[in-house]
Amino acid sequence: MSTLRAIRQKLFATPLDAVITLVLAYLLWRALVPLVDWMLLDATFEGASRADCVRAGACWVFIKARFGQFMYGLYPPDERWRVDLAGIILVATIALLGWKALPRRRAFAVASLVILPPLGIWLLSGGFGLAYVETREWGGLMLTIFIALYAGLIAIPLGILLALGRQSQLPVIRMLSIIFIEFWRGVPIVAVIFLASILLPLIMPSGVGIDRLARAVIGLGLVIAAYMAEAVRGGLQAIPVGQHEAATALGLGYWRTTGFIILPQAIRIALPAMTNEFISLLKNTTLVLIVSILDLLGIAQAALADPNWVGMNKEAYAFAGLLYWLGCFGLSRVGVALERHQAKSELR
Amino acid sequence: MNLFSFIYQKRVRDIFWQAFVLASVLGLLTFFVLNASRNMREAGIASGFDFLWRTAGIEIPFVLTGYTAQSDNWSLLWVGIVNTLLITIVSAIAATVLGFFIGIARLSTNWLLARLATVYVEGVRNIPLLFFVLFWYFGVIATLPGPRQSIGIFSIAFLNNRGLIVPLPNDVWPFGKAALVILIAVIAQLVLATWARRRRDRTGQDAPVWPVGAVMVVILPVAALTIATLATAWDVPALRGFNYRGGFVLVPEFVALFAALTTYTAAFIAEIVRGGIMAVPKGQIEAAAAVGLRPSQTLRLVIIPQALRVMIPPLTSQYLNVLKNSSFGAVIAYPELVSVFMGSALNNTGQAIEIIAITLGIYLAIGLAVSALMNWYNARIALVTR
Repeated sequence: MSTLRAIRQKLFATPLDAVITLVLAYLLWRALVPLVDWMLLDATFEGASRADCVRAGACWVFIKARFGQFMYGLYPPDERWRVDLAGIILVATIALLGWKALPRRRAFAVASLVILPPLGIWLLSGGFGLAYVETREWGGLMLTIFIALYAGLIAIPLGILLALGRQSQLPVIRMLSIIFIEFWRGVPIVAVIFLASILLPLIMPSGVGIDRLARAVIGLGLVIAAYMAEAVRGGLQAIPVGQHEAATALGLGYWRTTGFIILPQAIRIALPAMTNEFISLLKNTTLVLIVSILDLLGIAQAALADPNWVGMNKEAYAFAGLLYWLGCFGLSRVGVALERHQAKSELR
Repeated sequence: MNLFSFIYQKRVRDIFWQAFVLASVLGLLTFFVLNASRNMREAGIASGFDFLWRTAGIEIPFVLTGYTAQSDNWSLLWVGIVNTLLITIVSAIAATVLGFFIGIARLSTNWLLARLATVYVEGVRNIPLLFFVLFWYFGVIATLPGPRQSIGIFSIAFLNNRGLIVPLPNDVWPFGKAALVILIAVIAQLVLATWARRRRDRTGQDAPVWPVGAVMVVILPVAALTIATLATAWDVPALRGFNYRGGFVLVPEFVALFAALTTYTAAFIAEIVRGGIMAVPKGQIEAAAAVGLRPSQTLRLVIIPQALRVMIPPLTSQYLNVLKNSSFGAVIAYPELVSVFMGSALNNTGQAIEIIAITLGIYLAIGLAVSALMNWYNARIALVTR
């Protein structure tokens, strides 16, 4: 009985509501039935080639056949264990850091921040006993994650410094920070990636080559740093003046006040906003396509040109879109969880 | 007193650090400039802005200005600016309308409607814009039927894999007259509103500004535009042989970019609208009812002004995002600023530094102008605190 009443209240409260509900339900039915048919009921899951896909629905065989490319791009199959190993190390480190009772957690975090980035580059690109794999051969999901992480490594520290600079009492440093932030925030990321790929080799001394992928990562990192800075500034502005005054009263100088008192609180407040910027970074990694670097979306796009798999547009886009959605939605849930956690700790 | 004790003074240290940072930044910039000028000399690349007056020699498939391949690079730049502004304005308007509907739908008491709006917002926000651009271009527009099987829209516009063909007026003068009429009506309305407000402040009497306003700024313009539409001869596209003749062809790149920008930005605007409306405390609405305002007055005088105040700053940044995101058109070769100037013109002339500086300068200038306009509007409607 109460269910019926709830349905009536939520769906048929007024005649207009009833009409809206019925129209929407009809449209939803018309959209969902073909979608489910295509994705599951009429789809082909088994097989090895285009010829196996005789049913009307999706040809997931295509995804299966090209799964390696979607994940690793053109990375040599014999060397793919290196990518897997890097991924496992990354996940294991994050899991360990998430464990609150970890002994010497802070030292471990600092050590992994110092060791992991060069270790990752060594594992992926080779040298010192490993076969070289040129960045031209990297691609797919692995490259998307790589770009997001390394651009983030540039963006987060630089963003924090810029935010501090923008709040600084020193006019020259404040002005320089504002110019930097507003410049990068004012120009399109597409233009920045073009710019990085054209300008970076031009402004280096001759003989110093910068890898194509590195240019894109640096370009993205600089732009996201400007956006990160604004997110961190939000956190800095939320710190009461009393905190500064108390720190000064204790005799702490600028760097110690900032490092021990202000930043830990400000970053905690800014974390949800910084997560959003990281999601935007993850979405913008797709733009490396314009300098012919094949990340997940680029590999999906390139797969459409394969003569053995003509007309797989829907399957390729559905698969790539779903992966992006899972990544970004997952991150956004992390942001929401952080916000909740914060609200709870403020109640104490 | 030590001779060097001045280094412990805060003022001296501040100046030292600022000079140090400034010198480092300038040093780095000089290093870049010196390298760049040497590298360019070695590669034999010219410098200076002479290239702007040289012939561009680039065919552009979508031109609203008088540009041809024989025009100079100035005209090419102008084509890029016009195409960028066109897609930005059209998409921003469409995204605002769609976003308002979805944002309000999310607050609906109808469970199904609210849930569908939520699914839309969460679905779209978490997928890269480039995905939508490629999807609409290669996944939707490219798979549309050819001209002979076009999808007709009221038999005046036609959608097919060569784009959207819309009717074009032969003569724009009637629309000029209509615009003049509308301008006069808007000015008259502003004058009337100011007069009515002053009178209310002085005497407490309300003048019927809104009913008059409805006539002046809604009915009159609609009538003027209708008359102009009917008075003009229209060039309606028609199928001749294998293709459409007449009308104006919005190229597939334009249609795809428009669809992608609109659907993507609408999700963000929906969240802004929802946030703005939710930011108005319930007590405000109850208080408005208590002082005897009608529901329409509550909406107009209490809810909208307060919701707008919250919505304007984030909306501004969304509009600037549309401007910047219009450069995603470069990926599908829609001839906007980045694509024609940083792409084609740069390839042709090789003058990277000048071209990049001009392009970025234009984005920064448009961005500053939009922010200034929106800041002025924001300051006008901001809370006046004593």
